[in-house]
Amino acid sequence: MTNLKQVLNQPRGSKDSYNWLVISLIKALAVICCVMIAVFFIIRIVPGDPAKMILGEYSTPEALKSMHHTLGLDLPLWEQFMRFLKTLFTQGDTGNSIVMGTSTRELIMQRAPVTLLLIVMACVLAIFVSLLLATVAATHKDKLLDHLIRIFPTITLGMPIFWVGLLLILLFSVRLGWFPVGGVSEGWIGTLHSLALPAITVAFSQIPTLVRSLRAQMLEVLESDFVVTLKGAGIPSRVILFKHVLRNSALPTLMLMGVNISYLIGGTLVVEQVFGIKGIGSLLFTSISKRDFPVIQGIALYCALAVVIISLLIEIISWWLDPRTKGKQ
Amino acid sequence: MTSGLKRIWNTPSLLVGLIMFAALILLTVFIPYISPYDPSEQNLSAFLQPPSAEHWLGTDQLGRDLFTRLIYAARTDLKIMVLAEIIPFCIGVFLGMLAGYYGKWIDTVITLLSDTLIAFPFYLIVIIVAFASGAGERGIYITFILVGWIVFARVVRGLSASFRNQEWVASAQTLGLPGVKIILRHLLPNVLPQAVVVLMTDMIGLLVAIVTLGYLGIGITPPTPDWGTMISDGQPFITTAWWLSAVPGFAVVYTGIALSLLGDGLADIWRKK
Amino acid sequence: MMSIQPILEINALSLAAKSKERLVNNVSFSLSKGESLGLVGESGSGKSLTLRAILGLLPNGVEQTGGTIKSDVSSAMVFQDPRGALDPLCMVVNQLAEVVYYRQKVSRKASRMIALELLERLGLPDSLKKKDRYPSQLSGGQCQRVVIALALACKPGILLCDEPTTALDVTVQRQIIETITNLQQELGFAMVFVTHNLAIAANLCSRLCVMKQGQIVEHGATLDILQNPSDPYTQMLIDSVLPLPELEGSRDSWN
Repeated sequence: MTNLKQVLNQPRGSKDSYNWLVISLIKALAVICCVMIAVFFIIRIVPGDPAKMILGEYSTPEALKSMHHTLGLDLPLWEQFMRFLKTLFTQGDTGNSIVMGTSTRELIMQRAPVTLLLIVMACVLAIFVSLLLATVAATHKDKLLDHLIRIFPTITLGMPIFWVGLLLILLFSVRLGWFPVGGVSEGWIGTLHSLALPAITVAFSQIPTLVRSLRAQMLEVLESDFVVTLKGAGIPSRVILFKHVLRNSALPTLMLMGVNISYLIGGTLVVEQVFGIKGIGSLLFTSISKRDFPVIQGIALYCALAVVIISLLIEIISWWLDPRTKGKQ
Repeated sequence: MTSGLKRIWNTPSLLVGLIMFAALILLTVFIPYISPYDPSEQNLSAFLQPPSAEHWLGTDQLGRDLFTRLIYAARTDLKIMVLAEIIPFCIGVFLGMLAGYYGKWIDTVITLLSDTLIAFPFYLIVIIVAFASGAGERGIYITFILVGWIVFARVVRGLSASFRNQEWVASAQTLGLPGVKIILRHLLPNVLPQAVVVLMTDMIGLLVAIVTLGYLGIGITPPTPDWGTMISDGQPFITTAWWLSAVPGFAVVYTGIALSLLGDGLADIWRKK
Repeated sequence: MMSIQPILEINALSLAAKSKERLVNNVSFSLSKGESLGLVGESGSGKSLTLRAILGLLPNGVEQTGGTIKSDVSSAMVFQDPRGALDPLCMVVNQLAEVVYYRQKVSRKASRMIALELLERLGLPDSLKKKDRYPSQLSGGQCQRVVIALALACKPGILLCDEPTTALDVTVQRQIIETITNLQQELGFAMVFVTHNLAIAANLCSRLCVMKQGQIVEHGATLDILQNPSDPYTQMLIDSVLPLPELEGSRDSWN
């Protein structure tokens, strides 16, 4: 590797793009390390004694001492951190749940499927709708449809996600009865059906930003020379749009989804509360109310790791797909 | 002075945004004179009433006038929204300028810090920190000081980096002009307009987060009225008195539109300059 | 021998931006079959926009506010930035075959054959036949050849060149210009060649139009203009070229 500073400052897509790949991996690893440190300190930013908080009214001196020992708070900080890392790397765990006694990882894994399904549904829906709206807006630039679609983000930016969920419940569950008011039904169809409204809610929170960026992206592509070349060459507009424009807009969109994954997860956690879904979100809230620190740490860690890893994967995929980074022959 | 006003008049988004926002502020200031009710005044015999001449937006489950509560809640939420943005804004702009202007290891450290914090989903962090630092106003302020600066730092960092690459900056540096002076006298005025535009949009997110925390029960504590708690209070009655939950949300949306327009308008005005 | 009826006739063409700013003002000229017309001028003189107007694809925000463009034949354009003119995600042979398919209305297989033939004619290496490549994997000159091939695949009567050599290395420039000249002799299309380089225009074109700030300040046969420029701006352009090409040694692509 050449001078590290040089490489760090090089634009993507240059000849040293393999160097770029390595640097990205190193950066991601650095962030992961910091994430672990941050998670470790979550308990410790709470003012006051965590043991006291957990035991509450049962804080006798002996109980406190025993709780300190359980939490490992009687060890020096460095040792505590080592213990934390050890549990993390050997068991993929942040300790046992104080409330349930089982390992945090098991608890989270139990609740994960529902949350994951919800996230995936919301993602697919968001991408699909955003692509549709952005394409319509870009191809009808400055006409009525475009203006309507552009106003859409301005209005929805201020819509709290849980409120949107409530309104959807009001309309579709209470008034129309198309969907259940909350909870998750049995079986595949039932699950998908119950998760429909929550997925729509989460997707709704993402669509405005996605549409804005996608539209700008597509307009840029539509104005580029090669589109003029193709149009001038007589290739039908429909082919240009679907084969060439969309493909070129897809890469930046992918990058954008990577950035948004963080908001997607956050939104899902809140929406679970609105719809009474027993996923990771509700686990978070019960852990919070019961001061179950290991579980809180575990959730925070897994979410952050998911965001970092997914972002990295998406960056790598778009790097791989972009022929410009393949280098000259 | 008049040319400034004229510019505002010619930028429709800025104009409408200002009007909307001003209307809201006026309402919050003059509410004691507009409404005869007290926001905590309970009237159990007149609970869950639909909008009427007496109660413009109806009453909630404890018979309190909804309209009054709505505007008093605006006082709380808007005040916190503005106050909670000040420190993160300053920190973010400052760190962003440092990172973008000096680059190298300062940049690496600040970027690493912001990347780490941003890896945690926003609402996850907000919920955990708000709970950890105690519910209520104080928790909100602490939370946003911790994570609210990132978006400003990022934007300002980009601007500062391209600023630094301009040729005259290099020559100013060789002439011995100290970096601090360059930053304060030249970089800051350059960077501030765009940072303020971002501020407008960020405030919307902040307001929504405040309201969300209120809804989840870890934000503003009762009896202080807050749009979020109003929505969660109204949720059990959604089938019979749906406006209890719906209306505070519309208030948030209204504020969001006003701020959005303000942001767009400011961006337009400063771009034309 | 030039045919009498012009294949392209532009009359009092005016183009303006949405903000009513005039970009091209009252431009008129005509083009005969097989003729090469040079459109010379500095940046911002409206030359490229005139070409886009002939092509019928004005950029967003620009509209035709007056005048007419009459043409019996189709035109195709070659851009300044060869890489920007090709879809970066589409391999070049596929791209060319696609144009042939839609333009010449032959089967997919036949389009590919024709595409490969065209590329060979343009002097592209045989290795492309075996392994298709992306534009980013080709050199600037090679990309420009592909773009020219794309234009020719439309069998145009007029080839519009918008500074096709400006973005290329000097040695490559000459090659491309030679290629275009040879093709023109072979296929007989007319050409409008936009450039800010008077030397290239003088070498290539039998007639010149000098544009300044959206208007034509001088037009006529190349030799006449070079020897007796009537507009001071033209004189300025001539003076800034050193040295002028020897007129006997230049290519005789007209007559």
